[in-house]
Amino acid sequence: MKLQTATRLGLYATLELARQPDRTLSAADLAERFGVSSHHLAKVLRTLSAAGLVQGGRGATGGYRFTGNRRRTTLMDIVALFEPAPGQRPKEPGEETDIGGALQRVLTEIDEIAEATLQSISLETMLKPAR
Amino acid sequence: MVAIRPAQATDLQAISALDARLTGSNKPIYWQEMLAPERHFLVAETDKGALVGFIAGEVRAWEFGQPAAGWVFAIQIDPKLRQRGVGSQLFEALVARFKQEGVTRVRTLVDRKDHLILSFFRAQGMVAGPSLQLDKDLS
Repeated sequence: MKLQTATRLGLYATLELARQPDRTLSAADLAERFGVSSHHLAKVLRTLSAAGLVQGGRGATGGYRFTGNRRRTTLMDIVALFEPAPGQRPKEPGEETDIGGALQRVLTEIDEIAEATLQSISLETMLKPAR
Repeated sequence: MVAIRPAQATDLQAISALDARLTGSNKPIYWQEMLAPERHFLVAETDKGALVGFIAGEVRAWEFGQPAAGWVFAIQIDPKLRQRGVGSQLFEALVARFKQEGVTRVRTLVDRKDHLILSFFRAQGMVAGPSLQLDKDLS
């Protein structure tokens, strides 16, 4: 599973904010932390904000904080905000052929395992110290 | 608060009933076989004596080519008592028994569409293991 840059940034930003829910960080702070442009990150934060996972960000220096539920939110919930749903992926050229169909079944199998994995990991589990 | 103790023959009816209620399949013989001495079969009991969960497992060596590990075969918690740490208590008690037998790894198989149980094992620190399970429809 290859994640788009926006998805990866969405995961980074959510996890960073969820690590300390009472702390606020600006888009610029977060952008610097992950080495990306704050313009790019601002768009990602708007998506996360519309989903109710983060709140804030008024003005250039406005801080964001985590407003979701660490135990109930899974990595898949965040991925699904940025990646097309499995049923809505555009058909690839050649998918109608025998070989294309067989290849697609293998790729679907891989995607199902990846999705099950992402769905099984809550932010709480992800942020737990390794043991 | 619940107490964890080894399952006894007198628990089988409550275990079977709880499992049948949650899975829709009645398998009393399977649960009876879990009482075999080489297996660990533990139950969670409230202070009023109600059975609210169980876990079953065994240390197995060279199963599917893998060195000895503790296998978790089954875990069920009464839905009314979920999110209160009963599952974690059962899991930790079973892991302690596995450690006493000298193994350093715990392993299980989970339906990948069962997000509840997958999330539970993930929260216990479990990650994808070295094996991939494969199936073939023989009908």
